[in-house]
Amino acid sequence: MAENGPSDVAMTEHGSSGSLWTYTAGLGFALLLTGASFLVAQSDLLWAPGVAAGLAVLAVAQMGVHLVFFLHIGTDSEATNNVLALAFGVFIVVLVVAGSLWIIAHLNENMLTPAQMMDMQR
Amino acid sequence: MNAQVANVPVADSGAGPAPVRIVVGYGFWIFLLSDIILFSALFATYAVLQGQTNGGPSGRELFELRHAGIETLALLLSSYTCGLAVLAMERRRMPAFYLCCALTFILGATFLSLELNEFAALIARGAGPSRSAFLSAFFSLVGLHGVHVTVGLLWLIFLVAQTAYRGPRDYVCRRLLCFSLFWHALDIIWVALLTVVYLMGAR
Repeated sequence: MAENGPSDVAMTEHGSSGSLWTYTAGLGFALLLTGASFLVAQSDLLWAPGVAAGLAVLAVAQMGVHLVFFLHIGTDSEATNNVLALAFGVFIVVLVVAGSLWIIAHLNENMLTPAQMMDMQR
Repeated sequence: MNAQVANVPVADSGAGPAPVRIVVGYGFWIFLLSDIILFSALFATYAVLQGQTNGGPSGRELFELRHAGIETLALLLSSYTCGLAVLAMERRRMPAFYLCCALTFILGATFLSLELNEFAALIARGAGPSRSAFLSAFFSLVGLHGVHVTVGLLWLIFLVAQTAYRGPRDYVCRRLLCFSLFWHALDIIWVALLTVVYLMGAR
């Protein structure tokens, strides 16, 4: 396989894997967002019922930072396929997680309590 | 025919085969996404079973945020040094490459030992995986991430040995690229884990 494609040497010369600046900026943003997450979780900065949503937003932002600055998704012209695959992956993940939570919440709601079960057995 | 093909700027026009580096990166990216989907199943399990403590301790009583914060820092810094190792390899600065790999390994091992300590402490106080559905879900989710980190550390050892033995060949560089993708993806999963398990659970 290694012999079929054009040489990789040219690719590594102008290197699509970012620069020192990209990684350092990514680290800075990630540290900032992590710090913000810990702050939100441990203080009363946000309205209490909104904390979970705030944490989720911060986490998604940090994942975006990692994708762009560390994994270099969407920074070069060859990355269209990678972005499409990522979009599909995110779609499946949302389907699995949100779907499970939704179904189980409804199951719990419709479940008989032990007292009702006893009534039925009578 | 060959001469014609050679004249086309391959990567830009999309007319010819993509460089091996792109193809390998794409294939490995697909694997990583499937791995993330595997994790999403365990995340869903954890989210569903979070409240099912069976009278045992809940996350609020068990999790220490300071501990989780140090783990996060170690993993994030190891992700950074892993990126620096890729840069050093691209510029063929081998001493810097070995230094960054060593730092990546040390930080990754720090993360792992902290996690194992936490597990041991939980089991010692009777909050092992068999205590409740919540703890089973916790240990499988966090443990699977730990297993991935372990595999990554072993992979890193082989990668460094191969680089020392074979030199910075093209295929060695591609394997390093795959490793760095793997390592960064683990960090992304840890962000989700930290948020869902520790930050939301400790409140």
